[in-house]
Amino acid sequence: MASITFREVEGSSPKYWALFGFLGLFVLFGALAWNYMHHHGHVVTGMDNQIVWGLPHVFAVFLIVAASGALNVASIASVFNKPMYKPLAPLSAILSLALMLGGLLVLVLDLGRSDRLIVAMTNFNFKSMFTWNVFLYSGFFALVGVYLWTMLDRSVKSYSKAAGTAAFIWRLVLTTGTGSLFGFLVARELYGTGLLAPMFIIMSFAYGLAIYLMVLAAAYAWTGRPLGDAVMMRLKTLLAVFVAAVLYFVVVHHMTNLYFTKFHAVEAFILRDGGIFTTLFWVGQILVGGVIPLVILLTGLGRSRTWIMIACALIVLGGLAQMYVTIIGAQAYPLDMFPGLIEKSSFFDGEVHGYSPSMPEIFLGLGGIAIALLVTTFAIKVLRLLPASLDDATVAKLEH
Amino acid sequence: MSDMKPMSDNTPSSPERRRFVGAATATAAGLAIAPGVMLIEVAHGRPEDQPASSAVRWGMLVDATKCATGCNDCVTACSTENGWTPVAESKHPKQAPQWIRKLELQDPLTQMETNLPMLCQHCAEPPCVDVCPTGASFKRADGIVLVNRHTCIGCRYCMMACPYKARSLVHESLNDTQKPDVPRGIGCVEACTFCVQKVDRGDGNTACAEACTAAGHNALLFGDMNDPESEISRRLRELPTKQVRADLNLNLGVRYHGI
Repeated sequence: MASITFREVEGSSPKYWALFGFLGLFVLFGALAWNYMHHHGHVVTGMDNQIVWGLPHVFAVFLIVAASGALNVASIASVFNKPMYKPLAPLSAILSLALMLGGLLVLVLDLGRSDRLIVAMTNFNFKSMFTWNVFLYSGFFALVGVYLWTMLDRSVKSYSKAAGTAAFIWRLVLTTGTGSLFGFLVARELYGTGLLAPMFIIMSFAYGLAIYLMVLAAAYAWTGRPLGDAVMMRLKTLLAVFVAAVLYFVVVHHMTNLYFTKFHAVEAFILRDGGIFTTLFWVGQILVGGVIPLVILLTGLGRSRTWIMIACALIVLGGLAQMYVTIIGAQAYPLDMFPGLIEKSSFFDGEVHGYSPSMPEIFLGLGGIAIALLVTTFAIKVLRLLPASLDDATVAKLEH
Repeated sequence: MSDMKPMSDNTPSSPERRRFVGAATATAAGLAIAPGVMLIEVAHGRPEDQPASSAVRWGMLVDATKCATGCNDCVTACSTENGWTPVAESKHPKQAPQWIRKLELQDPLTQMETNLPMLCQHCAEPPCVDVCPTGASFKRADGIVLVNRHTCIGCRYCMMACPYKARSLVHESLNDTQKPDVPRGIGCVEACTFCVQKVDRGDGNTACAEACTAAGHNALLFGDMNDPESEISRRLRELPTKQVRADLNLNLGVRYHGI
């Protein structure tokens, strides 16, 4: 197998520092948003006792799901022995760590008592999916960290496959845990199904790869390094398969619910009468996040780098829409404590709950994305994560 | 008499046997009296150094047929006892905690209307306790479901898990309506405690039930569901009652009649 040269990006140009500063600014906004929310309490957010998880959870869960998906390129390289993907692996690992960091920060900074994080690290209830996730997230950092080390340090290179396999299995369990945060909830009709775990895994494949492709293309375009079509074409086809699989799971989930009379009302809410949630579902999740990217990726448009990037961006937007519908839509629909009866109370029972995210929530969420990208931007400057060239000739040599 | 003879012969010369009989009598008497003593202790409150006992299961019977339309006395009494601001006085009604609320139900077909208070159902298998990452949500031995104010991190997973929408997050700094024996705090989740401070004092009743009785409605009855002699156990034996979302099989501490 031909060897490949990894090189840090120089990162001294005004453009690099402009990007760094731009992302840093959003990290700062995120920090200020947290400070504001923490000082005043959740009263300054759009969240209330009806919509208890709001926009920060949408961003956090999206980032955590995307994080495990971003590791896929590395997994394909070392677990499934595809040499073509080997040069792509280090970026895949660092991006997954960075996205996980961003997601977790948003998650913990949205706690009612984010100052008590240490309590969450020292008091455990092993029947709680949240507790399991605390271990799954920590383990993810450790395993992917070790995996990255085996990629970067020649002296431990022989452990790369073992570390990669462990990280791959761990990430599957981790996303199972993320999906099960909702799957293990008995109260709400749109949750409480084991289907959410595999659905979240396949969503992670799609979201993670879409982000990976955008970061890869941006890194090579902005540093003037050659990135051949061979890599892009292979990955965009894989992305199309993932997006189609997401659509399949979504269809199965809703079709199953539609078969059961007791779920008709909540399905009618999401699919037909839910206002913003219905729009986000059909236009955001299905059309923008699914159908349009599929058309782009599977037709002649998919041969254009620009169109692939557009498809990736749409998948990310569709993913955020999906999280919004999954997390907030399910809470917006009132709990059905007395099936068949009309409920009314001072606590807004029986009514659809509205939600308008506040500025601090938006900036906290964007801060999570910004910190993930900032970490990645910094990491490729200080570590040898990116091959000097990924032109078609270099990549072709790897295959033999 | 001849049967007794060896015994009478034996008895004076057998101090061991006498000790045994004495001890057995004392034990039997103790066993007979202990539950009574226990009950008196329950009725007189629980010393702070003793844990809550699983011999007791606190519960509530709600007779929806007696719950008056428009009456909000239970809610007011709860808010006064526990120091939470009534929703009508809150500047942020959607974010204001409500430990108990009046629910109006109507059957769209028959137009039949039902009134009832909705509060924490103090499940024997509480989903909120299952999902709580830190164990801050817990169930006491006597069946009361509580939140530990010191270990709640405000993740709100319990609010996602509760099928009764019984829990609230404290969204803003608390004013001076707080009560010394009802700890609350910004960023923490809270709910009905079955007036645990009153129970532990030995009042044997909750503020909402007291208010309902005082108003003459007698729709709320609080007591020990484990004690077959208690008023609540007696009424539960007589009245057909239901658990809300009985399909979840959570074994609720609050039972409703007339729904």
